[in-house]
Amino acid sequence: MRIPARPTGTTGEGRFELSDVGVSFGGVVALSEVSLEVAPRQVLGVIGPNGAGKTTLFNVACGFVTPDRGTIRWRGVTLRRLRPHQLAGLGIARTLQAMGLFDRMSVLDNVMVGADRHAATGFGSALLALPRSARDERRLRDRAMAVLDELGAASYAGRLPPSLPYAMRKRVSLARALVSNPDLLLLDEPASGLSQGEMAEFGSVLRGLTERMAVLLVEHHMDLVLSVCDEIAVLDFGRLIARGAPDDVRSDPAVLAAYLGVEVREGAASPGGREDNSARSA
Amino acid sequence: MARSVLLRHLGLAVLGLVVVVLVLESTSAFRNAQFATMAYLGIAAGGLTVLTGLNGQLSLGHGALMAIGAYTTALLLQDQQLPLVAVLLVASAVTTLIGAVIGVAAARLHGPYIAGATLALAVAVPGVALYFNDQLGGEQGLNVFVPDVPGWFADAVYFLSAQDVSGSKYVAYVGWLSLIVTFVLLANLSRSRVGRTWRAVRDDEVAAEIAGIPLGRARVLAFVVSAACAGLGGAVMALTVRITAPSGFTLTLSLSLLTAVVLGGLGSLTGALLGAALLTFLPQLVTSLGLDVGLSDLQSAQLAPLVYGLTLALVILLAPAGIVGSVRARWRRQQERATHDYDLPTTTAPPSPARTPGDEPGGDK
Repeated sequence: MRIPARPTGTTGEGRFELSDVGVSFGGVVALSEVSLEVAPRQVLGVIGPNGAGKTTLFNVACGFVTPDRGTIRWRGVTLRRLRPHQLAGLGIARTLQAMGLFDRMSVLDNVMVGADRHAATGFGSALLALPRSARDERRLRDRAMAVLDELGAASYAGRLPPSLPYAMRKRVSLARALVSNPDLLLLDEPASGLSQGEMAEFGSVLRGLTERMAVLLVEHHMDLVLSVCDEIAVLDFGRLIARGAPDDVRSDPAVLAAYLGVEVREGAASPGGREDNSARSA
Repeated sequence: MARSVLLRHLGLAVLGLVVVVLVLESTSAFRNAQFATMAYLGIAAGGLTVLTGLNGQLSLGHGALMAIGAYTTALLLQDQQLPLVAVLLVASAVTTLIGAVIGVAAARLHGPYIAGATLALAVAVPGVALYFNDQLGGEQGLNVFVPDVPGWFADAVYFLSAQDVSGSKYVAYVGWLSLIVTFVLLANLSRSRVGRTWRAVRDDEVAAEIAGIPLGRARVLAFVVSAACAGLGGAVMALTVRITAPSGFTLTLSLSLLTAVVLGGLGSLTGALLGAALLTFLPQLVTSLGLDVGLSDLQSAQLAPLVYGLTLALVILLAPAGIVGSVRARWRRQQERATHDYDLPTTTAPPSPARTPGDEPGGDK
């Protein structure tokens, strides 16, 4: 299996595309000629050993890192000098691996921050607490409560995040991303720290989202990746070494070589010619 | 719900106004002057608690912003042509404009660098008055001409209390009316989406930015609001002290404001008011107690800053969130215990990974 053509059954609109993206930090190449596409309602998983470039790819996708080369296109429009706060306005939401919850704000307020792009009133209305500001707040609150309810976290709305169970904090983090009603959701290791049962629950939540949005998932847990992703892209040393359906990727020689150090003869294997990568985590 | 927030704030404002009338009408001219002092410190501390407590920007230069408001007031009242309300608004507006410029610069800085930049402001601004000696009076400063008490105001107070309004009482009323209006507006902001975005930026900049908040705009807005309050506080200070001179706006004033908001509780308007009250009344109270127990005038006066410093140290040690902040935190914990069974985490949280935008590939997953 090699890097395939575009996913079938999708249109050009609503597609998120990274084309020939390259990033270097000093003399170290973090990403090299990486091209990826996420089609509407598709779940694309990005995996790779430690140091493969997944975080850099994610940071490029959401504007924290400006690529040296290549283009980022969203809905057919090239994104240049993208700032992270502009993501929400473009219909792109992201979660953080460390969750990034606002610890001194209630769960409800945490989620309402994510709904801010749907606010219709400005500073003047807030300063004078005009009735339209009141209506706007009510609307944002209802929207946030609906998402919390959908994720089974509504009963925690008045609590502070540090007092919540870890898995519930993960859900709040996801709720804050979902409340902006994105068309593309970028998930950065959403299952880290979850038990098997919690991960299974999270997987079913994730599958439910795909009817509404595309998902780019960076994740270490292969069980989750294999069960929820339509496609998987594999990075190694900043290069895209494989892409395809989960079953194909699982048996791809280059992927096996990158993860397990199995020697392969095909030239597509990861550069570097390592003999044993068994210590690298999946 | 937000509409009820407005009603609640207006209700509290009316209640506050009643208390102000009762207190000012039942206390001496000396106490009236002290309450006027508490009012201007409270206004400036209210702005500072928004900036530092809600938005996480540490300013050591709010005394300088107060100086701008005070000097503007002194200059505008030289001609005695503008109504006092207009003078207060212009003083606040001028400070707001200068605060916006400083805020834009401060928005690019973080933590100790903002503190350093605003510290430079606190040191530099009083020197401006010395440089423009002819216009700003140099070391001697400018006298502030407090307008006569308007007839309608004197009639209204006489109607309520059957007493005449002295100059110091008038200034105290002006100060407290300014404080009440300021606090209602700040409370509205704090409870709105604007306050929510400020708190989000304070708690986690990266997460706030990803959630769609432009960090720079949020920071500048907080600084501008805070500067407006400092300008208004400076204007009321000029009316209260009746002279505007560089010696009134030293670094000590900026640090005193900061200690007031720390004592009361960062981010809390009630805490800012409590801090202003401690700043105003505690030294005088300690001095009186010192005299009562037989200390000399000098010893009693020296005792005051010592007790204030000890109070500050004790609050930081015992109630790091400030007096109001700690009371609220305890109340909140009790509420949570009462309404929820405490959920023990079912999963051990992994150590938080370093989350640095643009991290190096070596830190990659």
